[in-house]
Amino acid sequence: MSSIKIRTKRLDGKTQIRTLISHPMEHGRNKDPKTNQLIPAHFIQELTVKHNDKVLVNSNIGAGVSKDPYFAFMLKGGAVGDKIIINWRDNLGNTDSEEHIIE
Amino acid sequence: MPDTRRAFLKASVALSAYSLATATGLVAPATTEADWIADFFSPGTLDETIQKTFHTTKIYNTDKIELKLPSIAENGAVVPITITSTLDLIEQVFILVEKNPIPLAAVFDLSPDVEAFVSTRLKIAETCNVIVVVKAATQLYKTQQAVKVTIGGCGG
Repeated sequence: MSSIKIRTKRLDGKTQIRTLISHPMEHGRNKDPKTNQLIPAHFIQELTVKHNDKVLVNSNIGAGVSKDPYFAFMLKGGAVGDKIIINWRDNLGNTDSEEHIIE
Repeated sequence: MPDTRRAFLKASVALSAYSLATATGLVAPATTEADWIADFFSPGTLDETIQKTFHTTKIYNTDKIELKLPSIAENGAVVPITITSTLDLIEQVFILVEKNPIPLAAVFDLSPDVEAFVSTRLKIAETCNVIVVVKAATQLYKTQQAVKVTIGGCGG
C-alpha cells in the first residue's frame, strides 16, 4: 500500500490538494528508549507535486517537519479528471509515488 | 619506487585541484537543482542559516504574508502552520524555526499554477519565533510569529 494519501477538493475556481504521507521523519537525535541508542535520521528530503505532468510544487524538506507529514497546496483551476501525482524521496533513498484523479 | 611515488603525487595534485574547483564552484558538482540542498539544512543558529541560504540579500519585513499558527502549542512535535500571501509572483517559500537545531524546516518552490497557499505541520523544539521568508519577483520578504511551546518537539 502506498504511503501517500491524496485528497482534493474543488473550490470556486481552484482546487485544494491535501496530502498525508506516512513516514517516521526521524531527525537522528532521538534515542530509542529500550536500547538507549540513537535512532538514525530518516526523513523525507524531496517532495514533488505534479498536475498532469506539469510540476506544481518542488520542495526540499528537513527533519523539522512533523512525523507523518501533511501538506496542502492550492491549485489554480483544476478540472474533473485531471491527474495529481505526488512523489517523495527520503535520505535513505527510498521513494514512493501516488496518483490521484480530481473528482 | 620513484615511479609510483611520482604517480601518487601527480594524482593527489590533480585531486586537490579538482576539489578546489568544485568548492569554488568552477566545476558544478553532479547534482541538479532539484536535489536536496544539504548545506541549507545543516545545524546552526538562525543567523548562520539565513546567511547560508540568502547570503547578504536584504530581506524586507512585510505584512502581506499571513501566518495561521497557534501562539501556544501544547505539543511542539506537531504544530500546524498555514501560509497565505497577497504578494505577486511568488517563487519560493522558506519556513524557519528559530531555535530548532536545524532552523530550516522546509523550502517550497511554487509554480505559477498554484496560489500563494502552503500548509504543513512543524516540529518546534522550544518557545521561539517561526519565520517565513517568501521570494517573490526576486525580492525576499519575511514575517514572523512567536510560538510558545509547552512540550518540546525534540524529545522522544
